[in-house]
Amino acid sequence: MITTPIPAPLQDAARVPVLSMRGIGKRFGAIQVLSDVDFDVYAGEVVALVGDNGAGKSTLIKSIAGIHPIDTGEIAFEGRPVHLRQPRDAAQLGIQTVYQDLALCDNLDVVANLFLGREQTNRYLRRVAEPLDEVTMEQRAIAVLQSLSVAIPNVRTPVASLSGGQRQSVAIARAVMWNSKLVILDEPTAALGVTQTRQVLDLIKRLREQSLAVVVISHNLGDVFAVADRLVVLRLGRPAGTFDAQKVSQSQIVAAMTGVSLNAAEAA
Amino acid sequence: MSTMRDDPRIADAQPIGMLDNLRRLASADLGPLPVMLGLVVIWVIFQIANPNFLPPLNLTNLMLQIAAMGTISIGVVLVLLLGEIDLSLGAVSGLSAAIMAVLNVKLAVPAPLAVLAGIAAGALVGLLQGWWFARLRVPAFIVTLAGQIGWNGALLYVLGNTGTINLRDPVILSLAGTFFPAAVGWIVGVLFVLIFAVGLLRGRQRRRAAGLSTITQQALAARVILMAVGVLGAIAILNANRGLPSALVIFLGLVVLFDYITRRTPWGRHVYAVGGNAEAARRASINIAAIRMAIFTLAATLAAAGGILAASRLLAVNQSSGSGELLMNTIASAVIGGTSLFGGRGSVWAALLGALVIGSISNGMDLLALASPIKFMITGAVLLTAVTIDALTRQRRVAAGR
Repeated sequence: MITTPIPAPLQDAARVPVLSMRGIGKRFGAIQVLSDVDFDVYAGEVVALVGDNGAGKSTLIKSIAGIHPIDTGEIAFEGRPVHLRQPRDAAQLGIQTVYQDLALCDNLDVVANLFLGREQTNRYLRRVAEPLDEVTMEQRAIAVLQSLSVAIPNVRTPVASLSGGQRQSVAIARAVMWNSKLVILDEPTAALGVTQTRQVLDLIKRLREQSLAVVVISHNLGDVFAVADRLVVLRLGRPAGTFDAQKVSQSQIVAAMTGVSLNAAEAA
Repeated sequence: MSTMRDDPRIADAQPIGMLDNLRRLASADLGPLPVMLGLVVIWVIFQIANPNFLPPLNLTNLMLQIAAMGTISIGVVLVLLLGEIDLSLGAVSGLSAAIMAVLNVKLAVPAPLAVLAGIAAGALVGLLQGWWFARLRVPAFIVTLAGQIGWNGALLYVLGNTGTINLRDPVILSLAGTFFPAAVGWIVGVLFVLIFAVGLLRGRQRRRAAGLSTITQQALAARVILMAVGVLGAIAILNANRGLPSALVIFLGLVVLFDYITRRTPWGRHVYAVGGNAEAARRASINIAAIRMAIFTLAATLAAAGGILAASRLLAVNQSSGSGELLMNTIASAVIGGTSLFGGRGSVWAALLGALVIGSISNGMDLLALASPIKFMITGAVLLTAVTIDALTRQRRVAAGR
């Protein structure tokens, strides 16, 4: 076990984390993918989950999302113990995950994508034909995008014609607009250009300002340091330290990720 | 988009090739405008070639000719919106008509019941094929190809030794063979335009009250005037001959109904979503299998309705009902009208526009007494052009996307 000093939580010690995981273990066949992992996220905090390939980052977020239920350990959501056995359990608690593929329908416009599966209808005809309430949906879409300062000139443009950063922003906006409390972003800046990466990082900061709990998975340590308050490092399925982003250097993180001592890493 | 215009490299770019120009033109989202223009060109050419093309008599015939094919084409559009294909719709239309004819003529079942039975048979076939595709995950292409062969066999089986069954029941013949008096035509036309105008106006008021962008008054007026000229002009032409035909009323009624369902209801939105990105739809907790089964059922039901309309107009059902070029023409109509083969793009109006194009070409070439080989080749070329435009549009959009 690495004995990196764990920084005092950035919040008051009395505050209850939105999500608290203790002693998480997960096994796929003969492979113990996660063992003894502790993980906390507070409201208004961006936690970066970093680690090399195969470190167990994806398994950990999929266990939060209810896709891979945990074998051992305890999960508490807002202080109450919960069981996350299927995606619906996570969604009902207000946990949303934005995967790398974004899951947008390119042929539909921004409004339709934001409301996909949760379309609002006009009440007066509900029993007969349930016409879509496009006006209310468009108003709400514009309001949500404005509150997140996402610049999309026309919310009626098909998502196909948006830039990569805008698409990522739409996917994130959809994840947070339904009373979400915890948002997990899987590689949100992968495949984005410099400008678009900055847009998305700014958006993540705004999620924090809106008191959401945010978990970011990224390979790009530069991006991680730009937004994260805390970094949780995993190595080979085990915790390799939790760091205050203000007080740690990139090379210390790399050392924790790879298990190579700092001097050796610098010598290499 | 804006980055393209700001890009300093553009100034030094090579002269734009013809294919690029074509792509650029194709990528502009002009809606149904290009097809309408194409239709006008086709009409002008045929009118010049044969002055019998545009008079009310022939235009009324054209409407009667496209009603059945167009009805089947609505079903094709629905299936294409999912990004799938249904090759059995022609055979299903023939089988349903044959079931209706046998019940009514040979077994003396009352006409309304026989018609309902024919349509129900279509629905059942669609449900079976949809289930096979959605639940067993057998590609729709194969399921419906097998269906095309199998249901054609069922048609021959149902008809038995008779070969041809002539329809005499006045109720069945009235389905396609009724012409409404001029006054009814005018009332229907004016009501349609009024509802269209009021709908546009109220939609604009609601958007305005909500502080959303609205179309200008001029644009709204232009749309209403265009619709009024089109609808009332058509009514005037039809009234100058025998009047508004019931087959056309049924076809257009179905177009309006399914346009509403696909574009104005959550269910319709989900159909587009499944066609655009099935995985995204699944994660948005949309029941993909249910939507697929429903669409294949609806498509086959519409095919049944189209087959019965065709039988009603031709006064008979025979062994070649629903076979031949019918299926290809319905698919061509849907695609020419602007429905993408790749799913998620297009509208039910494509069935009307495309059927008008295909029907006009076929009708015009008949008037010119062109031989079948020429007809087939020209129809093929028109279809290829339409699909090419669709493919280029798609490439362009993908390129513009990321």
